[in-house]
Amino acid sequence: MPASQPDQSATDKRWKTINLVMQRHDHRPEALIETLHAAQEAFGFLDPETLAYIATQLDVPPAKVYGVTTFYNHFNCSPRGEHFLEICTGTACHVKGTDRIAAWAQEKYGLEPGQTTADNRLSMVEVRCVGACALAPVIITDGTLIGAKTIAETTDLIEEWLHDDAP
Amino acid sequence: MTMHLEELHQLADDRRRELEGFAHHILVCTSLGCPKNKEIIAAFRQALTNSEAGEKVLVRKVGCMGLCAAGPVVLILPEEIYYQKVAPGDAAEIVSALGREPVQRLLLPSDLPFFTRQYKNVLALFGRIDPESLEDYLAAGGYEAAVTTITRMRPTEVIRSIDKSGLRGRGGAGYPTGLKWSTVAKAQGKKKYVVCNADEGDPGAFMDRAILESTPHALLEGILIAAYAVGADCAYIYVRAEYPLAVRRLKRAIREALRANLLGTAICGSAFSLTIQIRLGAGAFVCGEETALIASVEGGRGVPRPRPPYPAEKGLWGRPTLINNVETLANVPGIIQRGADWFAGLGTEKSKGTKVFALTGTINNAGLIEVPMGMTLREIVEEIGGGIPGGHTFKAVQTGGPSGGCIPAEHLDTPVSYENLSALGSIMGSGGMIVMDETTSMVDIVTYFMAFSMEESCGKCVPCRVGTAQMHTLLKKFQTRTAIDDDLTTLESLCHLVRNTSLCGLGQSAPNPVLSTLNYFRPEYLERITGPVDPCRQEEKQ
Repeated sequence: MPASQPDQSATDKRWKTINLVMQRHDHRPEALIETLHAAQEAFGFLDPETLAYIATQLDVPPAKVYGVTTFYNHFNCSPRGEHFLEICTGTACHVKGTDRIAAWAQEKYGLEPGQTTADNRLSMVEVRCVGACALAPVIITDGTLIGAKTIAETTDLIEEWLHDDAP
Repeated sequence: MTMHLEELHQLADDRRRELEGFAHHILVCTSLGCPKNKEIIAAFRQALTNSEAGEKVLVRKVGCMGLCAAGPVVLILPEEIYYQKVAPGDAAEIVSALGREPVQRLLLPSDLPFFTRQYKNVLALFGRIDPESLEDYLAAGGYEAAVTTITRMRPTEVIRSIDKSGLRGRGGAGYPTGLKWSTVAKAQGKKKYVVCNADEGDPGAFMDRAILESTPHALLEGILIAAYAVGADCAYIYVRAEYPLAVRRLKRAIREALRANLLGTAICGSAFSLTIQIRLGAGAFVCGEETALIASVEGGRGVPRPRPPYPAEKGLWGRPTLINNVETLANVPGIIQRGADWFAGLGTEKSKGTKVFALTGTINNAGLIEVPMGMTLREIVEEIGGGIPGGHTFKAVQTGGPSGGCIPAEHLDTPVSYENLSALGSIMGSGGMIVMDETTSMVDIVTYFMAFSMEESCGKCVPCRVGTAQMHTLLKKFQTRTAIDDDLTTLESLCHLVRNTSLCGLGQSAPNPVLSTLNYFRPEYLERITGPVDPCRQEEKQ
C-alpha cells in the first residue's frame, strides 16, 4: 500500500490542494468526504492509488474509504472521456421524456449510462435532479446547462456540440 | 473588526443612497434557471456604453425572479417592467426604451396572477438584490433581525417567539420548529451544534437551491438566530455538490459576513460567537434523513440509525444538535422582524405562514412560487400556474417526490396544509409540485419513483433494501403489461410491510406513490393485468 503520493512528480500542483484540504482539517478522519471531493475535482476521478493515499493520510481503513467512495453517487472511480454528457433524471425531466435522450444516446453511440465510448470521446451519465426543473428536459454538456427544448431539439444540440469540436 | 448596529445601518444607508443615484436599474436574473445571463449582462453593459443615458443606469445581477418558464427574465426598476425570454441581442433595444414606451414584444405583464396571487416572505428579496453583495442585503434591511436578537433578546425570548409563530419544519415532516429549538436549548452539554439541511435530494424540488443562489445571507441570518437561541457556537451547512453555483455564493456570503463581524467571535460586540462551515453532500438521497445526514457530516456513509436518541439530544459527535431545513431557517429573520403574530396570522389553523413551491411539469408558468398556507391546489395550478399547455387536461399533481403521492383532479379544491395533504395520501414534502396531464401514465411515474427509492435505499435495513426492489419488480410487470391478479395483492401487502417496518423515512414513505395511485388511479393498474388469471377467480368474475 503506497503511503506516499501516487504521482511522484512532486511538482503536480493538484496534490497541493488535496493536501491543503486534509491539513485544514488536521488530518482528522471526518475530513474524508471533503478530501474525496477535492481529489475528484483535481483528477476527474478517484483511482485506487489516490484512495490508498487518502486512507493513509487520514488514518482511515482503506475499506472504509472505498465504502464511502462507492456509497455516494457523486464519486466516480473511472476516468471520463473528452466530453461529458449529463442527463437529468429528475421527476420533471422524466415527465418530459429525458429517458428518450438516454435511449437515443445508446442507439447512436452505443453508450449505457456511466460508460465512455471506445474512442474516449464521450462519457455519458444519468444524474439526479439538478434543480432546473422549470427548464425540463435538462441536459448538461461539459458543464453547460441546456433546457427548455424538445427531445428532438436536444438530441440535435448534442450532435452539434460533439460535431463542432470534431478534430 | 467589531461592527455595531449603527455601523451596519451606515453601510446600508450608503448602499441605498448609491442605488438611488441611478435613474434606472436593469436587473438580470443570474440563477440556474436563466441560462446565458452572463452574455446578457455583458450585452447590457455594452449597450449602455453606447448610450447617452449610460451613466444613469445600473446593471445588476440578481437572484431568481420566479417565473423560470419565461426566462431569461429582466426587470427594469423603478418602473417595474418585466421582460421575458431576453436574448443578448435585445439589450440595445431595451436600453433605448428606458424611460419611454416599453418594448412590447418582450413585455411580461406584471399583473399576471402569477405575480399578484403570491405572498412573498422567504422570496421577498428574490430578484431584487445582488446575491453576492452583503451591502445589497443590508440595504434591504438584512441582518437587522439577527443583530437585534443577539444584542437585545434573551435566547428564551427568541424561542418563545418562534414557538408562538407556529412555524413548522419546511423540509417536509412539519415538526414544530419552536419545540425543536427548545429541546436543543434545554439539552445537557456545553457544546451544541446547528446543522442546516441543504441536501435537497427530492427530484423536482429546487426551493433550497434558489434560496442559496438568491439570498444566501438570509440563510446565514436564520442560522445566526437559531444558534444564538439554542446556545451553539458552531454550525454546518450540508449542501448538495450538484449545486455548484449555490455553493459558490454561499461560500462568498460566509466570507463577507465574517469580514463584517456578522460571524466569527464576539459578533457585533456581543458575547456570542459562531462559525459556519460548509459540508458538501455527495449525492445520496437518504442523507436528507437527519441521522444519515449527521453520519455524512462526520465523514462516513450516510446511513441512518434508530431514533431515539434524537439528534436534539445526541446528534453530531454525540452532542445536542439542531437540524433545520434551509427554508425553515430562511423564514426566521422575517418572524423576528415582523413579529410572531404576523406570521401566525397567515395560513391555516395548524399550518402557519407561507410555503415555497417549485411548480413544474406540464404547466404554463413553471417556476418558483410562495403562497400562504391554505391556498387551494386549484388556485396554484390554474391561476398562478396558468393551467396546462397545449390543449391537454390536468390529471394529477405530485407532491413530496418519491415520498409523496399523486393528487387527482377531484381533490384540486383542497387547501394546502400539512394535514390536508397527508389526509389525501400524499405529503407536503419539501415543496416540489409536479403537474401531470392525461398523457402521463401513473404506473410509469410510480415505477420511476420506486426505481429512485430502490437505488437510493442505503441498504441498512431489510424491509427497505429488499422491499423496494420487490415492489419495483412488481411495478415493472404492470408497466410491461405482464402482471397477474396476484401481483396487485402482493404489491399492496408489500407496501404496508415496507411502510410499517423500515428503519427510516426513506423506506417508510417509499410506498406512498404506489398507495396513492392505487387509491385514485386503480383502473390503470387493473387494465395492465393481462397475464394468466387464476381459474377460480375467473369463475367468480363470470
